[in-house]
Amino acid sequence: MMNKFTISGSPHIQGDASTKKIMYGVVIAMMPALLVGVYYFGIGAVRVLLLAVVASLFFEWLIQKYLIKGPVTITDGSALVTGILLAMNVPSNLPGWMVVVGALIAIGMAKMSFGGLGKNIFNPALVARVFLLVSFPVQMTSWPKPTPISNGLADVITGPTPLGIVKEGLGNGQTMSQLAPELPSYTQDMIGSIGGSLGEVSAIALILGGLYMLWKKIITWHIPVSILLTVVIFSGIMWGFNPEQYADPVFQLLTGGLMLGAIFMATDMVTSPMTKGGQLIFGIGVGLLTILIRFWGAYPEGVSFAILIMNAVVPLINKGFKPRRFGARPGVTVKA
Amino acid sequence: MGILKTFALGGVHPEENKLSSQAAIEVLPIPKQVVVPLGQNLGAPSKPVVKKGDKVKTGQRIAEAGGFISANIHSPVSGTVLKIDSSIDSTGYKRPCIFISVEGDDWDESIDRTDKIETNILLTPDEIVSRIKSSGIVGLGGATFPTSVKLMPPPGKKAEYLVINGVECEPYLTSDHRIMLEKGREIMVGIQILMKALHVEKAIIGIENNKKDAINHLTELSRSLPGIQVVSLKVQYPQGGEKQLIKAVLNREVPSGKLPIEVGCVVQNVGTAFAVYEAVQKNKPLFERVVTVTGKGVKKPSNFLVRIGTSVQELIEAAGGISETTAKVISGGPMMGKALTSLEAPVVKGTSGILLMDDGESHRKVENPCIRCSKCTYACPMGLEPFLLIKTAKLGNYEMAEKEMIMDCIECGSCQFTCPSGIPLLDYLRLGKIKVGQSIRNRNLKKA
Amino acid sequence: MDNIIIIAVSALGGLGLIAAIILYYIASKFKVFEDPKIDEVAEALPSANCGGCGSPGCRAFAEATVKSAKENKSIEGLNCPVGGNEVMQAVGKILGLEVEAKDPMIAVVRCNGSFAHSPAKVKYEGATSCTFAHALYGGEGGCQFGCLGLADCVASCEFDALHMNPETGLPEVNDKCTACNACVLACPRGIIELRKRCPKDKRIFVSCVNMDKGAPAKKNCEVACIGCSLCVKACAFDAITITSFLAYIDFQKCTLCRKCVEVCPTNAIHEINFKPRKPKVETDASEKSVSLKPAEDKGLSNKMALPELVETKEEIKETKE
Repeated sequence: MMNKFTISGSPHIQGDASTKKIMYGVVIAMMPALLVGVYYFGIGAVRVLLLAVVASLFFEWLIQKYLIKGPVTITDGSALVTGILLAMNVPSNLPGWMVVVGALIAIGMAKMSFGGLGKNIFNPALVARVFLLVSFPVQMTSWPKPTPISNGLADVITGPTPLGIVKEGLGNGQTMSQLAPELPSYTQDMIGSIGGSLGEVSAIALILGGLYMLWKKIITWHIPVSILLTVVIFSGIMWGFNPEQYADPVFQLLTGGLMLGAIFMATDMVTSPMTKGGQLIFGIGVGLLTILIRFWGAYPEGVSFAILIMNAVVPLINKGFKPRRFGARPGVTVKA
Repeated sequence: MGILKTFALGGVHPEENKLSSQAAIEVLPIPKQVVVPLGQNLGAPSKPVVKKGDKVKTGQRIAEAGGFISANIHSPVSGTVLKIDSSIDSTGYKRPCIFISVEGDDWDESIDRTDKIETNILLTPDEIVSRIKSSGIVGLGGATFPTSVKLMPPPGKKAEYLVINGVECEPYLTSDHRIMLEKGREIMVGIQILMKALHVEKAIIGIENNKKDAINHLTELSRSLPGIQVVSLKVQYPQGGEKQLIKAVLNREVPSGKLPIEVGCVVQNVGTAFAVYEAVQKNKPLFERVVTVTGKGVKKPSNFLVRIGTSVQELIEAAGGISETTAKVISGGPMMGKALTSLEAPVVKGTSGILLMDDGESHRKVENPCIRCSKCTYACPMGLEPFLLIKTAKLGNYEMAEKEMIMDCIECGSCQFTCPSGIPLLDYLRLGKIKVGQSIRNRNLKKA
Repeated sequence: MDNIIIIAVSALGGLGLIAAIILYYIASKFKVFEDPKIDEVAEALPSANCGGCGSPGCRAFAEATVKSAKENKSIEGLNCPVGGNEVMQAVGKILGLEVEAKDPMIAVVRCNGSFAHSPAKVKYEGATSCTFAHALYGGEGGCQFGCLGLADCVASCEFDALHMNPETGLPEVNDKCTACNACVLACPRGIIELRKRCPKDKRIFVSCVNMDKGAPAKKNCEVACIGCSLCVKACAFDAITITSFLAYIDFQKCTLCRKCVEVCPTNAIHEINFKPRKPKVETDASEKSVSLKPAEDKGLSNKMALPELVETKEEIKETKE
């Protein structure tokens, strides 16, 4: 007896891309930044990372199994990515229970309550980060000083981030040149030897991850490049007006969560626009809001808020920015 | 050589798998019985002009065009008409067919059966068009649109270019490739005939770069022929689509809902050009074509010259038979072909290939939730948003689907090919197109 | 002190008065006249907004009826299938018109090509949409007229009256059906038909829409109508006609005598909600089934019949119209 023939509509072949491959691709891309985090923040970083990942997976499993009572899909990698991103967005000395609360907010509130993978409006890890930031402002802004793992597992000393130094100094009436000695060098910013959340410190490692994702076609260049360019141009203009009151664009680019936000958070497929034009607008919006908050807002850092605000307007952007339809530019007018 | 030309928007590049590209065209022995469907072309089905018990000769007309967009059908064999009854065809439905039992191979006397290549075009343009029409020639690329209709531009429109489609962007298929290699000189005459009929000075043959031998061969032949140019194109699916091909070779875009003549082009397939040569120079109507039989499980991937009406079963047997593990038989290529429900289905004018798929490769991916990665939007050669369109189709919001230009979809399947979540995008797009098409028709009826 | 109270009260009262006058003026000036009967009719309607009447929602239907009553002095052609006679009589009363009583209807699925009766020859993979599958191929069992089993009708039903039976792969209509016609329009193959609800919900119908000749129809599905016309001969009321090898029972003419059910060699004619036959009739039927069909079939096609005690023929006659 022959097989029963299968009947289905064309196409009869499909590419080898899959949700899993994309998610694990993102995980691989995050590895360099994580390694730098672990190198500078030691055992604390490992602890936060493990807690965030395990808690995210656990909450996803719990909700899918007992609340939704649907299929459990924790192996698809999306909860893993959320967990790692959450860990990258918090200080490595955050109390463990806060990390778990963060994971619950990310998975339970920001993702599953919208219907699960693909249906959330806001980036889950960022929602959790902002939730933690406004709930536990002290713990969320006590950044451990980077101490290379080779120096042993000494107790961590906390200190401010470069952006925090600038914000506070300018607030106290100091100028940029007075603050300069307190700030780390650009080289330190690049490799990550600065205070900050555990995954955001090393610009080089993050860019490496971004290049990997570009190569694997997980992301396109539109969002990261438009965010970074907007930040450079906007902060450059302000810096040009008054270099004593506004930090220079390179400093803006390399410090804080900008690289992490531009490369890993804003490019989240679910919460970013669907067309390339829309992505450019989205990126410009994120860049502008980031600098607005950094310069004139109450917080020293504004990437998370900027991305969340732009997440909220993504449906509008999708409505307004359609792809270029074929036939819109005939290229020739034929005489009748 | 520089950057190879291709179309601007979207597209994908599936594995080419041209297994049979080196297999020369073989003539398949005539079967004992043929089943000739009456609905082989786009448009109205043909009307039979023979009845049960009639004796027919090879090449004799057995059905006439049933409307303006329709085509004559000629007997592919000589023998006796057994019956006119419904039989399953490649659409998966039973349709009226003419059954003919074969007795010898007695050709109609008017057909020139010699091998000599006739290069002198004696007929006038009008005679050419009427010959093509009476010979029942339809587009052999798969769309089966009657060729003669394309050669009569609507009033007020004038063709500037004849674009010959030698792209064969579908994976696996090689029938056009082999025709270009083996019948290159005839194709050149066919192109000249078409140019004469259309009153155009320029013809462009577009061929994808994975068929270098065909490009070289046709470039060589076109050297002595003014006005005919061969363009080598980057391999990119769906470059064989009319609109994509025109964009690739001429950088012109056919506006939404319009035909290629709008930008001064008429597109014909290389196979059609060959059929035109045979019809005009040899007086041979269209009753056989080249069909690729291929697939990873096929013992001998081949290209056969087959009489219309031969069953798919016979083709597969000639290529080494069907294996136990075959789970899907496709008429056409893997991207746009139709899955067959039965091997009794006959070869028709639009059958470019038969593809056998094993159990392992024949199944759909498991469907996962959409992660809004917009890969479908990037892949769409028409600049549409498949993710949005299928949502409108699923929710029944057909007004929005129409506004988002669902009718522009060429059903190439690039979106579904590229979707990482394995969503049957094209299924729902087709559903949307069916529903929107119905509502447009109803609206037009109300207006009329 | 007193002064202040008086000033406050009079000022506030005066303001209120002025505002009231302005509002009253505006309300009367810009009043959109609407026949109060529209509200009354809308009140009487089921408010399901199903669209079964052809109007987009109950309010639109109410407007249409009031308009028609005013202009034509009748509401013929307008019917709320969901509310049925009761509602239409109420609407007629509001409008002061006589409304002809319409028979209550119910959706009937005219295909019995279950997995057992029409075994799958191919396997379908793809979107859960009958409309799409209909455009793609004939059907898993080979019958190109029969149910595709992808539940477009179930999705279209607003009343929870249609459900797929996972054992047969066919939809089944339950008592909640309001004959709103949505499933009839949803089915790409025209399998579902609205038929009269006879007393005690008895129904007799040909459960097949296959227009193939007998042999190919039977090859794909053992309970197909083969167009043998035995039922036509058996029917004393001219209720059965055959077109393209397919029998159709006119429910206006049918008297529910069940003669056709007895003679049908493929069990394509179904009787529903009848009491089981007398033993004598039963033997007749099973004799027939020995020669033409497996005996178990009878049970399957009659599975919806009420498993009650054997009744006499008088009972059946009584229910005739």
